[in-house]
Amino acid sequence: MGDMIVSELSQAWNEFAHAFAHLLPRLLALLIIALAGWVIAYLIKIVLRSLLRLVRFDRLSEKAGAAQLLKNVALPSPSELLCQLVFWLAWLGIILTGISSLGSASVQLHIADFFLFLPRLFAALFMVFLGMLAASFFARAALLAAVNSDLPSPHLLSDAVKVIIVVLSISMAFEEIGLAQRTVTIAFAIVFGALMLGLAMAFGLGGRDLAREFLERRFSAQRPRKKQEDVLPPL
Amino acid sequence: MAEEDILSDELLRQLISVGEVDILVGLHTYNNAKTIGQVVQVVREGLLKYFPRERVAILNADGGSTDGSPDLVRAAAISDWRSGSRMEALRTLHSISSQYGSTPSPGRALHMVVAAADLLRAKACAIIAPESSEILPEWTDRLLRPIYREHFDFVMPVYRRHRFEGILVTNLMYPMTTALYGKQVREPRPGEFAFSSEFAGRLLGHDLWATDAGRLGPEVCFTIEALSDGLRVFQTFLGPKGRLEQQSPDLVAALRQTVGPLFWSMERTDATWQTQNEIHPIPTAGPEYDVTTEAVSVDRERLYQMFSSGVLDLEPVLKSILSPATLTQLQQAAKAAEGEFSYSDELWVRSIYEFAAAYHHDVINRDHILQALAPLYRGRAYAYLTENSTASTEELEARGQALCSTFERLKPYLLELWTAQERGS
Repeated sequence: MGDMIVSELSQAWNEFAHAFAHLLPRLLALLIIALAGWVIAYLIKIVLRSLLRLVRFDRLSEKAGAAQLLKNVALPSPSELLCQLVFWLAWLGIILTGISSLGSASVQLHIADFFLFLPRLFAALFMVFLGMLAASFFARAALLAAVNSDLPSPHLLSDAVKVIIVVLSISMAFEEIGLAQRTVTIAFAIVFGALMLGLAMAFGLGGRDLAREFLERRFSAQRPRKKQEDVLPPL
Repeated sequence: MAEEDILSDELLRQLISVGEVDILVGLHTYNNAKTIGQVVQVVREGLLKYFPRERVAILNADGGSTDGSPDLVRAAAISDWRSGSRMEALRTLHSISSQYGSTPSPGRALHMVVAAADLLRAKACAIIAPESSEILPEWTDRLLRPIYREHFDFVMPVYRRHRFEGILVTNLMYPMTTALYGKQVREPRPGEFAFSSEFAGRLLGHDLWATDAGRLGPEVCFTIEALSDGLRVFQTFLGPKGRLEQQSPDLVAALRQTVGPLFWSMERTDATWQTQNEIHPIPTAGPEYDVTTEAVSVDRERLYQMFSSGVLDLEPVLKSILSPATLTQLQQAAKAAEGEFSYSDELWVRSIYEFAAAYHHDVINRDHILQALAPLYRGRAYAYLTENSTASTEELEARGQALCSTFERLKPYLLELWTAQERGS
């Protein structure tokens, strides 16, 4: 009985030692790959940062309004964000490639799936980025138009424009990566529909007089002339 | 845009049949049926009276009128106007009408006239605004004679205005152009003007036609081009500009037609204005400054309210255009009670220079920069109306000259902002 236990333990230990001896070089190789990958990803980051500085990426982003948008949500500058993203993706890619060369067939399959997913992830991120740029541009345009037309609550209008475009771009991004497609589409439809209904009700009920005045002004054959004080020409 | 795109085959055929001319008068119309007939008749009378021996043509560039304006031009030009008149042309007075597009565009209209003037080898070309209800036959002589007889290159008008008319011109365009280019041009965006064949040739090769500035406000680009290139510029007094109610009150459109082209032209000519330090008078026929002072009702309170709410609402936009110090002062002014509000010359000039630099550095979309200027203009207009409500003509002119001096004094500040690589540096 005792011999049996000793024999089993010895066998288990031998198997463990054998497996460990088999795994150790692989772990060392993976560590080396990870270190080399970090160096490569870091170099890529430095080169990319220089390139972005050369093409004044931050200035372009600032002009488009993306920089302000990122600042609002406590994110770094657009170029720094892009550099970090590329660094982590490059490093992760190299590590996964290393694991793939060492691991089993099932691990390789999952890693292959991950690499196939990357282009869609990039496309989705790009959609969100473009959506944020468009949201910033059109929200500013709406704000300026509302202020110069002396409309009430210009920020409400501007924020509504921004929310609609951001929600639309995020729903498109989720659809691209295949995540909660129906939920996001329905959520967007609800938000958009509610907003439009709310605006229609606000205009129709809250501003009945304004609506009547607007429609009369718009369609009446004899439109009232503007008062002299409203038409003092700037030129 | 290529010349063949500007001059259609049909127009080219008509121009070729006219042959060379001495004088060309251009009219750009868009639904001006109310006034255009009278304008053409007065132009025709002026041409017959002052240039009876010259070969003359009238060219109407129409932007797709639906009220029959081009037909009225043709009818007015060939009608036997004032049959009892003894005035007769010694040569045929040609009248051509052509549509350059289906939507109005001052840039395309003027491009067509300039190209036609170049093709017809016109020694002098005058542009007359189609809504000039106060036009006199003498205008053709006053505009064309300095070019045709005295070899000037560009003739600009001086109008008799109401003292509160054209505040954008008196508070921004005139003093800023004077300070930058050293020439006291009273109307940097002229409604009526004339130019020589040499200037037409130069304009034809200009890159302004393909830009928003050239499409919306080519007249300002012409002015800056003439001033910065050292051409012979002349001013001539024409009389009243027109009735207030006939002029457009659209402020944002006015900013796009004037301030946008001015900022754009500043970029093209920065080597000139950066080294320009002296102000020279421009030869002028008639008074340089003439205002009327009849009472006019203006809702100043609305101007103040729109300034106040505009500055506060547009904070995120203005933050990217103005320096923190200027923005703070404007916000303090916007929060002040109406009776305590003031918008000093110094603050106004600093704001404008910061807008010009922001436009140059492309800090945000350029059209948004121009739109963001509207509330500031309203504040300045309110201050101007309040401070000058009882001012005499002499006092108004003195204050105008003081504003010119402020623009000139703060020019180094503009230069500093202009040459900064990045905003904030």
